[in-house]
Order: sequence, then C-alpha cells, then structure tokens
Amino acid sequence: MDLNRFKPEIVEPYSRIIYGPGFNLRLRNKILKTGLALAICLTMAFIALPVASLFLKSPLDTTLRSLHDPVVMDALRLSMMTSTLTTLIVVLMGTPVAYVNARFHYPGKEIVDSLIDLPVIMPPAVAGIALLMAFGRMGIVGHYLNALGLSIAFTTLAVIMAQVFVSSPFYIRQARTSFEDVDLAFENAARTLGASRVYTFFHVILPIAINGLISGAIMAFARSLGEFGATIMFAGNFQGRTQTMPLAIYTAMQGDMDVALCLALVLVVISFLVIALVKTLTRRMYRNART
Amino acid sequence: MLELDVKKRLRDFDLEVNLRIAEGEILMLVGDNGCGKTTLLNMIAGLIEPDVGMIALDGKPLFDSSLKIDITPEMRNIGYVFQSYALFPHMSVYDNVAFGLRARRLPRKEIDFLVKDHLTAAGLWEIRNARAANISGGQKQRVALARALIIEPDLLLLDEPLSALDVRKQAAMRRDLRERIHSCEVPSIIVTHDLRDVACIGDRACLLEMGKIVLSGAAEDVMSWGAVPSTG
Amino acid sequence: MTERRRILFLLTLTVLMLCTDAKEPEELTVFCGAGLTGAFNEIGQIYENESGIGVDFNFDGVPALRAQIEQGAYADIVVSANLKHMDALEREGYIDNDTVEIFAGNKVAVIVPNDNPANITNLTDLAKPGVKILIGIKDLPAGDYARRVLDKLAVDPEYGPAYKEAVAANIVSEETTVNRIVSKVALGEADAGFAFISDVSPQMVGKVTRIVVPDEYNVVGKSPLGVLKHSKYPQEAQSFIGLVMSEEGQSILKKYGFIPVNENSMNWQAIDQTSSKVCDNWGRIRWI
Repeated sequence: MDLNRFKPEIVEPYSRIIYGPGFNLRLRNKILKTGLALAICLTMAFIALPVASLFLKSPLDTTLRSLHDPVVMDALRLSMMTSTLTTLIVVLMGTPVAYVNARFHYPGKEIVDSLIDLPVIMPPAVAGIALLMAFGRMGIVGHYLNALGLSIAFTTLAVIMAQVFVSSPFYIRQARTSFEDVDLAFENAARTLGASRVYTFFHVILPIAINGLISGAIMAFARSLGEFGATIMFAGNFQGRTQTMPLAIYTAMQGDMDVALCLALVLVVISFLVIALVKTLTRRMYRNART
Repeated sequence: MLELDVKKRLRDFDLEVNLRIAEGEILMLVGDNGCGKTTLLNMIAGLIEPDVGMIALDGKPLFDSSLKIDITPEMRNIGYVFQSYALFPHMSVYDNVAFGLRARRLPRKEIDFLVKDHLTAAGLWEIRNARAANISGGQKQRVALARALIIEPDLLLLDEPLSALDVRKQAAMRRDLRERIHSCEVPSIIVTHDLRDVACIGDRACLLEMGKIVLSGAAEDVMSWGAVPSTG
Repeated sequence: MTERRRILFLLTLTVLMLCTDAKEPEELTVFCGAGLTGAFNEIGQIYENESGIGVDFNFDGVPALRAQIEQGAYADIVVSANLKHMDALEREGYIDNDTVEIFAGNKVAVIVPNDNPANITNLTDLAKPGVKILIGIKDLPAGDYARRVLDKLAVDPEYGPAYKEAVAANIVSEETTVNRIVSKVALGEADAGFAFISDVSPQMVGKVTRIVVPDEYNVVGKSPLGVLKHSKYPQEAQSFIGLVMSEEGQSILKKYGFIPVNENSMNWQAIDQTSSKVCDNWGRIRWI
C-alpha cells in the first residue's frame, strides 16, 4: 500500500484543479479560522462592553454610598424576595405540567403547548394589561375578589403574579426537554422492578433530569429579576411594596443617574453571583453521565 | 407457567402470538430486527397494551381484554433485562441492585443482606460503589441481571442480553448467563437474533417472523433451521 | 468561484445601500413630554402640511427625554411640561437659550373614574382611608406639581399636615408617565389620580371625570419649549415654534386643556368658558 498519496504536498494540485488557479487550501483554512475567531470576539465584545461600561462609568465611592440608600435597599430586598418566590412557584407548578407534556399525549395538547409559550411572545406591557383585565379591580376574576374585599393590583402579590406569568415558559420549556431526554427505558426498568410512577419520578426521572431543571429555574429566576413592563402596569411603582430593581432603576434614571447606575451594577453583580452559586452547587451534587 | 394469546396491530404487520411456557422452562425467541420480539416482551411486562387477548402467569391473569383486566407493570413481578441494560446512571451498582427492594419498602437490614448476597454471587461486590455508567459492558450485564433477579420474579425476560457485548467476551458470558439462569429456576424468555445463544442456553426455541411464530421446537433442533441466517 | 464572488459582492452592496440613507430627508426631530402628545401631533400635522418638512416626534416622560439628551440623543426641539428640566438643560448648555419660550400653562387636576367607586367629590375625600391614589414620580412635572399642591394644602388651616399625610398614605403607585395614570383611572383600577388638566386627551375625556383644584391651592405650571444648540435645522425649528405660539397653535392647545399664554392664566373661569360645562361651588367640572 503506497501511503505516499496521503502526503500533503500532493493534495494541493488536487485543490488547484478543483477550485481554479491561484487557490491555496491552507490559506483558505487560515482565513476561515481567523474569520471564526473574529466573529466570536466581536460577539463577546458586544455583550461584554455595555456591562463593562456600567462598571467603568460609576465611581466606586458613590456606588458604595448609594448602597445604603433606602430606595436601593428596598428595591433589592423586594426583587430578591419576589424573584425567589416566583421561581419556587414556577418550579412547583411547572414541573408536573412539563412532565405530563413530555410523556403523555392527550386531546388539546397542542393548545396547551401554545398557551405555555404565549407569555414569551407577548410584549411585557401587553401581559401587564392582560393581567389587569383579569385580576384588576374591574377584571373578570378581579371584580369578584374585590367584592370579597381582596384587591390584587398595586400589591406585592401582583408583582409575583406578573413575574410568574412572564417567566414560567422559560422553566417549563426547559423542564419538558429535560424530561423528554430521560430515556424511557429507565422509567420502564424502574416500573418492572416494582416502583410506582411516583417513586419512579422522584428516584429515577428527577435525578437524571435535574441539571436541565435547575438550568431552567435559573432562566426563570433571571427573567423574573429583570421583569419591568408587566410589573409596572399591573403592580404599579411604589417603594418597598412594588418597586423592584428594574422599576427603581427606571425611576432613578429620570432624576439621579448615579443612583440608577448603582442599582444597575448591583443588579448585574447579584444576578451573576446567584447564577454562579447555583451552577457550582449543581455540579457538585449530581455528577452523572448518561448511558 | 405463562400462558399468552395476544394480538396487536403494529406499523408494518400484525403481531399474533400464542405461547405457553412451562415451570422453569427457558424459551428462546429468535427473529430478525423488527419482527416484534421486543414488543412481545413489553406486552408481557405490561409496558405496552395488546389490542386483544390474554396473558396469565401461574394462573393469575395479567391482562385480559374481554374482562378488562390490565395489571400495571409494577404489580406483575416480572424481571426484565433490557437490551441497553438501562442501569440508572446516577446510582451506584449497589443502589441499582437494591432499587427493586427499596421500592417495595423492605427493611434496611434485609436489603443489605440480600444485595450483598446477590452481588457476591455475581462477582460484583468489589465494584458495588462504582457509578453504574462507568463499568464495563460485561459488568453492566451482570448488574442488570442481578437487579432483575433480586426481586424474586415469577418470570424473567431478557432482551438480547449479549448483543451489546464485545465479541471476544460473548462466548464466556454466554456460558455464565446459562449458569445463572439455570440455577435460579425462574421461567425465562430470552430474545436473541444469534442462534449460538439458542444452542447454548435455551430449552425451547421459537422463530418469530413478521409478528407470527413460524417455527417452534427444541433448542437442539435449531441448527436444522437452515433458512435462518446466523448473525453474529 | 469568481461567479460566486461576484454574487456575494452584489449582495453586500445591496444590503449596504438598503441600510444607509443615500440622502437624509429634511426632518425635524421633536422631543416632547408625553402629556402633550395629542396637541402636538395636531400641530405637527399642520406644520408638515404647510411646510412640507416632516416632523418626527419622540413622546416620553420629560425626565426620560432629558436623560436621553444628556446622553447624546439628537433632537431639534425639546418641549417640556415644566420649567425644571428645561432650566437644567439650559444650564448644561444643550439649549440655544434665546429660543426658549413659554407656550402654555397648566394646572393640576384630580381625575376620578366616571362611576367614581370611592365617591370622591372634593379634595377632602382624597384623605379617606382606603382610597387608591396614583401620582407621578417626583421628577415628572405632573408629579412634581401634585406634590407642591399637597404642600400648599398642608399649610392651609382648613386641611393641615395630617391631610397631606393621609393622602400620601393612600398613594398606591408612582407612575413614570401621566398617560398611565389616566389609563389606570379610566380603567377603574385606581380611585383617583393627580394629573394636569391637559393630560386628559379628548379621547379619554368621556372616560374620566376631572376635579379642578381651586386656584388658591393650585400651582400654575409653565410649559416651555426651545431649540437645541446642535440642531441641524434651526430656522425650520424656529418656524415650528412660531406655529406653536400663533393663534392656530394656541387654540389647539386650548382645545386639549392647556392654558394659552395669551389669556389670563389665573382665571379659572376662562377654562369654563371654552366649553359648556356645569360648575358648582366646589370648583368641580363635570363633562357632560
């Protein structure tokens, strides 16, 4: 067997015949590689630059001082509390839905799937109006509640509802994919071994899907943290009660850019920390490979 | 003792099988890919529902379309070794084998005793803490079998138990499998496309083609089934 | 290969041509407070028809507009609902100060839903416990003036500081634009809201009821507009301002509830006479 035909020098004449004179395979590869590297660098720069600018444009001492501002403290506390509660609600409500949609087929499933995706497509302000129409004082459900003396708009509950509405699709979609990725064979094996559906879910399916579920929960958390349009429409803007970080930033921006910058920075840093924390915890908890 | 008479419409053909397996008998189910072997096993295990028919184990009906009986898989007490072994990847070998007993809520001491017994018998005690995903193919097969046997099933189903293994190991594993299945005295159905398995392990053999049994007989007679290609 | 290259070149050229303007059309960019949307859309239309120059509006809360200009956004004219932000922009050197003119006045009004669920008929009712009130953020002109009105009420013996506190306790939300205050009150989500008289556009008029704050407690807002220093079309901008200050422009403003500069702005009777309304001794105006 003559291995000489695999020597690189002989490849070039081939390429010249196919691609025409003056063509160089190695050069083309080099151009391709630099092009790709450039594309990656540009994308990273485009994302990193605005974030870096936040840090560069706010002087450290004003930022640290602004941290003690009650506006900042209230907004931070409110955002953390509502987003955490929202994520919990979304996970508890969304996991069964995701599992059922991953495994079973039932009449109307298409409609349910579309409904789940709807809040993603809706502009947040529209979502806010829709929530008002349903749960506001004059709303379809709201006016019954109002008769009972319960009013949702302009309360912290409204903030949570708005956040749940806009962020649940992010979790449910991811959870559904994660459940679908769990090989049916595992479920079948568990059931033949005598495990009930519930036992199988908690001991087999959930642990295998958990990484995807957590990633979905992080996305829901992040979305709820940044939620603005639906919140300001449905819950309003009141310090300590409904003024979450994004609302506080927008309000402050109109008067005091320094406070707004500080809030923006805090939001970015906190988001990063939360996401990093959850990722490290997950990696430590379940280091499993798929068969 | 298994009695089986089922029909199911599949995509390309209709599955129609009538079988009987005596006490302690080992039946080899032979056929090409796509002939319905795995579907049949799944129906016996309760994972798929036949369109019409009856399945009874030791006189107890597992499925009966006329009486509207359909027992869920978890209640059938049938051990199943899947073609991919389906070992739970996030659990250790020990936990995999213990799974069935834990699901039945047996007391901890009893579980420990039984698991140790089975693992040692299968030569797996040393790797009991290894992640199920990280062991060799042969070890996986033994774990899967131990996991299915530990629940003391009334019937054992094995889907191509040797096909995933290294060719060089197959001969040894074949003998090993025969030993263990014969010693546990549980009636078994082993699905395979390899006639060497039939010759080595089984008592009886059936040839399944396009969803119907076309040949049936003693395992030794298998070599005379000249029309069936011996794939390896 | 050359064929492919040529096609790629042509494609890039087309895309570039679509993206860039070959020639910028003459156009005025006007940054305008959201509360002036209706009036200025009309004035802008007239200007376009008469001069042939397009007018591109950016309606937003005045503080947001100011922030945008400070961050480098381009505009020819800025129209503000109050003096505070215009003064700031003048101080910071963005405005050609000679061009600044007061084009209208405005007063604070309390708006309530038509069916008035909380039964608000006068200012004291606002202090009733459980009433839901909306107000603008303090940087918003309407919000700023509403707070000044409350301050005036606080020093008056008839109302007092306890009144102001009670009203403040009833505030459920600080909105960033007045349009949202009007919408939410119209929807019935809130019992009352503080806005400028002019903030209720003719479209919204039938949906809310306005309660005028009597003059002794009211603050007259002066609305200025001016040309920005970096404007590319200073002459066209000036003629636009001329239109605003003309009789035609002022009558449009009056129609939308603003106090024209030519009339006596302290006389609230003047507002009456521009439309046939019923008034009672509490200074309440009901739209029929």
